[in-house]
Amino acid sequence: MEGLLHQVFAGLANGAIYASLALALVMIYRVTHFVNFAQGELALCSTYSAWALIEAGASYWVAFVVTVALSFAMGVVIERVVIRPASRAPALSVVIVFIGLMVALNSVAGWIFGYSTLSFPSPFPAEPPFGNHYIGSHELGVIAVTLGMLGLLYVFFRFTTLGLVLRAVADNAESSRLVGIRVERMLGLGWGLAAAIGAVAGIMIAPIVFLDPSMMSGVMLYAFAAALLGGIDSPIGAVVGGFIVGVLENLMGAYVIGTELKLTVALVLIVVVLVVKPSGLFGQPVAARV
Amino acid sequence: MVAGAFDRGIAGAQRDGVARRALSVATVVAIVAACAIPLWGSPYQVFQMTLVVIDAIALLGLNLLTGYGGQISLGHGAFFGVGAYTTAVLIHSWNVPYLLTLPCAGLVCLALGFVFGLPAVRLDGLHLALATFALGVVLPQVLKYKGIEAWTGGVQGISLEKPAVPFGLPLSPDQWLYCVALAVAAGLFALARNVMRGATGRVIVGVRDSPVAASSVGIDTALTKAATFGVSAMLTGIAGALSALVVQFVGPDSFTIFLSISLLVGIVVGGLASISGAVFGALFIQFVPNLADDVSKAAPSAVYGVVLIVSVYLMPYGVSGLLRKAKARAFAWIDARHSRSVTSQPTKPTKQGS
Repeated sequence: MEGLLHQVFAGLANGAIYASLALALVMIYRVTHFVNFAQGELALCSTYSAWALIEAGASYWVAFVVTVALSFAMGVVIERVVIRPASRAPALSVVIVFIGLMVALNSVAGWIFGYSTLSFPSPFPAEPPFGNHYIGSHELGVIAVTLGMLGLLYVFFRFTTLGLVLRAVADNAESSRLVGIRVERMLGLGWGLAAAIGAVAGIMIAPIVFLDPSMMSGVMLYAFAAALLGGIDSPIGAVVGGFIVGVLENLMGAYVIGTELKLTVALVLIVVVLVVKPSGLFGQPVAARV
Repeated sequence: MVAGAFDRGIAGAQRDGVARRALSVATVVAIVAACAIPLWGSPYQVFQMTLVVIDAIALLGLNLLTGYGGQISLGHGAFFGVGAYTTAVLIHSWNVPYLLTLPCAGLVCLALGFVFGLPAVRLDGLHLALATFALGVVLPQVLKYKGIEAWTGGVQGISLEKPAVPFGLPLSPDQWLYCVALAVAAGLFALARNVMRGATGRVIVGVRDSPVAASSVGIDTALTKAATFGVSAMLTGIAGALSALVVQFVGPDSFTIFLSISLLVGIVVGGLASISGAVFGALFIQFVPNLADDVSKAAPSAVYGVVLIVSVYLMPYGVSGLLRKAKARAFAWIDARHSRSVTSQPTKPTKQGS
């Protein structure tokens, strides 16, 4: 029983990371209708810059804030320079651009920081909180940070004018343009936010999986599964999907198929969702005009 | 890009037939010569060129699906890997003659691709890209699985022996494998070229360009897509099987997502929806990363990333697209010269009445 609870809590902590990345995917999908294959590598670059800042002597939270700001800027720049010129191209070209971006960012990280595995500090104490045996401080901290970030995003989208404008663009870009919204600028904002969310996720998972250029490949697969399970256009779905995938992955790994086949869970989940319910748990079914 | 073939066919009838024929004969001679050259190279060069031929087959398979069929696969390295493992397991565990393992690997991948293609039929481009990406990422982990270690050798993989040269031919084993790969490639390329020019090719392209129109003239779009997926996987799987023979080793980490991305780079650089593009793409993915590797470990993937992005903006139809444009320009030049020499004599410009 204790083992089971431990697995569930560890799964929730991982799930929080998947939820954040899935949310970043949903953010970009909502405003551009593209799946950002490079999301994981964006987060990887962010995590490396946080590591470099900490190595240079910055305190953890200073490095955290600076990295999130830098990542926001990086997201805006990439949207402007790489993605926007391709935005009217067919889906195949866009996917190729995203894969190119993914490979390029990954190699930049490897080129600058090398391919050895680095350890990344955790801001939370090493002992489990309140003397419990089920969940470590870092895991609890990850869940808290993720939920805090989700709360901030909810407030931003629900109660600020800028959030409302961004929602309008996501819902109907053309009408938004007609009422005077600068749609391109909002797309940049969406990308910036997604990159910033990814940065938080990367910094939070780095102490768990350690920092190296292949760190995000497995994590991103679960995030894709989470986004699809929740519905690729639903922010709530992304969060719920993230936690479900995290717990499912850990339980399957511990009790059913063993840790060495854990990634297969993501593949099976993706295929099953796409076959049985392509719109996911919370997504809008897509109706195409013929 | 497909309409181009029609234009050329219609316009070509009026063109200078001799120049055209000379060019096609020259092309064929050049191809045959180019294929023979490696036989005089060093063993390593022969080995490298064999890999180019194999990559070309794999790219042909992917291009059938992605270029002609319009279905995005980011996980074709998985079929390459399954083909390679099928051959390795058959030879290692059951002593099957190596030439017989090639069709077996093809059939296994055909079935696998068809089954994977069935649900994929309902997905649009992005979702299919996601599902195939997952397949590509997951395969190495499945190959390492302990439950099938008795056959696959687990993390260790399987080592194979080089097949012997038959009939006492005066060839080294490397040269013999080069000839085998070349023969298989020639057959598959001829097949693909003819199929894509015929009714089946029209159906595949039609389903890509307008699924609604295709289904309203009675084409089973679902079956077409799944079958294209299967045949594409089969070609790539045969390439994988050949690679197992040539490299004499299969291991789970030879078939990572990076292989799938290399294949994508290959068809993008070579030219989407082009048969000859597979050859250019294969040359690119065989030689450019090797050159870049001398600079830094990160350089090959950096080159891939930049090339992918730049190709989309600067040469959307790849090298073969550029060549096609150059050829069209050359013919236009011939036509212009021809018509000047023919028409300038008899038809004098009539004087306008004053």
